[in-house]
Amino acid sequence: MQFEWMKIPYALLTLFIVVNFGMLLGAFIQKIGARVGRRHGIPVWQNHIDLIKNYGLRSSITHGTMFYLGPVFRLSGGVGLLLFVPTIHGSEMFSNLSFAGDLILALYFVFFGALGMALGAGESGHPHAAIGVTRGLSQMSMAELPFALATFSIALQYQTLSITDIVAAQQGGMLNWTLFTNPLAVAAAMLSFLGSMMRPPFDVVLAPQEIPIGPPTEYHSSYLALMQTNRALFPIAKIVIYMNLFFGGAASWPVFFFKVFLIYLWSAFVGVVFPRFRVEQSIRWFLVWAVPLGVLSILLV
Amino acid sequence: MSMKPELMKRMVKGPDGVEFEVEPLRDYFCEAPPTVMPAAYSRIVEDLFNWARAESLWILGFGTGCGAIEMRPLMTPRFDAYRFGVQWRPTPRQANLFIISGYLSTKTLKRAIRSYEQMQNPKYVIGLGSCTINGGMYWDSYNTIKRLDDYLPVDLYIAGCMPRPEALLAGFQELKTIIRAGKAEGANKYAENFEWYKANQKRVIHDWDMPDYNW
Repeated sequence: MQFEWMKIPYALLTLFIVVNFGMLLGAFIQKIGARVGRRHGIPVWQNHIDLIKNYGLRSSITHGTMFYLGPVFRLSGGVGLLLFVPTIHGSEMFSNLSFAGDLILALYFVFFGALGMALGAGESGHPHAAIGVTRGLSQMSMAELPFALATFSIALQYQTLSITDIVAAQQGGMLNWTLFTNPLAVAAAMLSFLGSMMRPPFDVVLAPQEIPIGPPTEYHSSYLALMQTNRALFPIAKIVIYMNLFFGGAASWPVFFFKVFLIYLWSAFVGVVFPRFRVEQSIRWFLVWAVPLGVLSILLV
Repeated sequence: MSMKPELMKRMVKGPDGVEFEVEPLRDYFCEAPPTVMPAAYSRIVEDLFNWARAESLWILGFGTGCGAIEMRPLMTPRFDAYRFGVQWRPTPRQANLFIISGYLSTKTLKRAIRSYEQMQNPKYVIGLGSCTINGGMYWDSYNTIKRLDDYLPVDLYIAGCMPRPEALLAGFQELKTIIRAGKAEGANKYAENFEWYKANQKRVIHDWDMPDYNW
């Protein structure tokens, strides 16, 4: 196959749009959460300002090589995830490397960043970081299980692992979406989705403004800025997978923005209603409610 | 000056039976003194950074005196400091703004210094309440410090006993104008006058059992 250089600016454009959209959407969702608590909440551009500020800090210190690589792994996990799935269905411009990536690769990339982060945070030597990593990995492994089951169910259903083919099979009307053709798998995956969005009730790992901030305890300045970039990118990349697998993908940017917003809103909606789980509670919750749904969806396909 | 025994230089026997020497202050801490960090080369870039720093104040969640209770309402719907770009961070590494909220006992001063030194340049200090200006109602107390400015470079004082949360909000706005003007260079001032600050700190802290500079 001929390599087309034009793909590089296209990929960068995809990243640019998604990162900015992710930051605005993140702030917007936080604002919705604040409105539920009867506050005004942060301005929608606050994430951009925080990012500039963190890149603009003058000093930064390191705890070793892995401390550098942690945020880099995390960001490359997010970027890889985004580039290996078709962002806009049927668009030559924004399909990037999706011809090469399949579901298994996507599942791998979801986990990749967290592992890098665990090594990096471990090297910082801070006890809070170690606790956060332990909590994060145990909760995330458990949250990934229903999603993996749902993914296999879908792979069986469509007899393919290619995300592009799965999206193509869902075109032509809402009733062709996996949401309606395989509702159990979607239910299992959407419950798993709650666990990976770092919003309540599953945000004890990264309780953002309390004492146990978790893995990023020691991260600051540019390291933190890199992680914030990923924080904007990764949820969107993940939602893109969900959108492609279960909700018929998106054929244009407006549809993309709308669907991503609605899927993101699902986690925010649950988050403002329910209080926080401890890790052992959330693991039990996933085992009791989400995993059986996933198993059932595989059995029924 | 008394040093805690676990910080003394000593011989340690490892689990494999090998004896080796440990000098905690040198082995476990970096004692390099702080350096003056220059502003960005280009004026426009520095102005942009200063604007971003002003609009994104991350406060270290560290309450020292009774003023800490006046900071909590800022998170609530009534005052809601988040809309001004003010957030609380649990770790000094990520915080830019250290609010000394009220009287500071010499015991707490030690922790305040350690936390301040772990924050990244540029960093700002607000003295909240009269106690940080002249001792306030603790003016003749034997174990509180009287002038915060002798120990940490203060950018802004908010006077009162206690100042209301509204005064804090007004103080944040004032600090923002100072930062935007590029005048909030407390971290560099601390680095320039490092010996002077250290001498002042060691004068009141009698059990100095930490490195001279905590990275």
